Amino acid sequence: MNGFLAILQRDLRLALRQGADSVMVVAFFIVTTTLFPFGVGPEVNILARIASGVIWVSALLAAMLSLERVFQADYEDGTLELLTLSPVSLELLILGKVLAHWLTTGLPLIIAAPLMAVMLNMDQDGFVTLMIAMLLGTPALSLIGAIGAALILGARRGGVLVSLLVLPLYIPVLIFGAGAVEAALLGISATAQLQIMAAILLLTLAAAPFATAHAVRQAME
Amino acid sequence: MSEFFSMGGYGGYIWASYGVTALAMIVLLIATLRGLRSSRIEREQLEAVLQSRRPRRTKKTQQAS
Amino acid sequence: MHRFAKPSVFLKFTAPILPWLSALTVILIAAGLYFSLIGSPVDYQQGHTVRIMYIHVPAAWMGLFCYVGMAICGAMSLIWKHPLADICARATAPVGATFTALCLITGSLWGEPMWGTWWVWDARLTSMLILLFLYLGYMALVNAFDDPERGSKAGSALALVGAVNVPIVKFSVDWWNTLHQPASIVRMDGPAVDPSMQLPLALMILGFTCYYFVVLILRVRLELNERRIRALHLSGMFEDPETPTSAKEQAYEAGHNAGAKQ
Repeated sequence: MNGFLAILQRDLRLALRQGADSVMVVAFFIVTTTLFPFGVGPEVNILARIASGVIWVSALLAAMLSLERVFQADYEDGTLELLTLSPVSLELLILGKVLAHWLTTGLPLIIAAPLMAVMLNMDQDGFVTLMIAMLLGTPALSLIGAIGAALILGARRGGVLVSLLVLPLYIPVLIFGAGAVEAALLGISATAQLQIMAAILLLTLAAAPFATAHAVRQAME
Repeated sequence: MSEFFSMGGYGGYIWASYGVTALAMIVLLIATLRGLRSSRIEREQLEAVLQSRRPRRTKKTQQAS
Repeated sequence: MHRFAKPSVFLKFTAPILPWLSALTVILIAAGLYFSLIGSPVDYQQGHTVRIMYIHVPAAWMGLFCYVGMAICGAMSLIWKHPLADICARATAPVGATFTALCLITGSLWGEPMWGTWWVWDARLTSMLILLFLYLGYMALVNAFDDPERGSKAGSALALVGAVNVPIVKFSVDWWNTLHQPASIVRMDGPAVDPSMQLPLALMILGFTCYYFVVLILRVRLELNERRIRALHLSGMFEDPETPTSAKEQAYEAGHNAGAKQ
């Protein structure tokens, strides 16, 4: 557990010291969301209709954008090799890294999401559901993304590659995330969607650290 | 005969699907065969060079040991 | 020993099978073509377009079959660390991707005359599209490394992750589809399969499966050749004569073991 906390602390400190990473993710999210009104026109009804989908797609892309840095820098300077060799279980350390990634990207996105929802004229009924759905969905994105980030270690053109690997795996989160908000907007209970999202989160939480650790060990061979 | 090719007016769709399937399967097979041939030739060349060098080298090893 | 034995065993086993399998493929597909284009009745609802089904459904089957095959190879590679499993998975991907793409294309060509649209966001079509993305991701990953062995291993891990994900994707797409699909659009269910249609369908499915195994054997050979070539190059035999002899000897053995003779 100490190893987990230490790595979490280290990654958080690194991210906060550089600072730009979280800001850039949020900026990317906001800019991408802003592109949609230019694409589909400023009509309020249309924007309100597509708001949940737009926010989710932009959040997906923003979360994906920062994936490369989860392992890349540590891989290049050899830290990852030391982590692999350490007596603390690699799965736990990876969980710490993923949590740090989520705290520096997923959490800011959740805070920025309602702002974009307001700008896209989303109905207020959906706000709470949007926040809850993102709270359940973004950790799953970080966990799934970590697998992709570990698989591409040492590959050529890793950045583009990781998006090709990870985006198809993000589809269920997108479907249920947007679905939950849509249900709330229609005045239907979104419990079913949120429960499925919680199930996805638990499944990825159980499986992803092992898959990621396996991929990291492979990269170290 | 032309009735067979027109397929009740849907000939275009049907022949296009069969054609594209046949084309893809043949292209995949030919690409595999060509890759196989060129890789085999390259491997055999390398092995031939290796064969011609190997006796000299083993002699050296014997001298060394 | 592990590495040396298995590829050569593979070659020894497949060499006599290959001609027979190729002949079987040709016969099955020829018979399948006869029955699907000439020897089968016209569907009372769909007319001649039902003939597209005889390649559309087998292509869909192959797309799924190849992915399952890759996932099994991935599991074998994970459990037994068998190099041949990686190579098989790697050799399967292009075939699976081709058939998945063919399934989408023929589905489109079937949909246009039947429902008047090239593409519907139907659950099955969408799932197949995502499957194609998974194949493309796998192939991109496998080819993105300088060391093909590392690429194959990463690919095997991805195939496994993907296999866990496929049911979830399928479920979510189904769910999404029932929520969004307007009821007026025709269901994607093919015509109820009449016995006279089962024969060409079965022949084509078997034919395509045999074709897959032929291509698989050839591609595994290709892959083994390339590994051998790479090992020979890496052994330094052809570049610098300065390497100490013992190192060369080891490298030579490594190269010899990785490729094996055909």
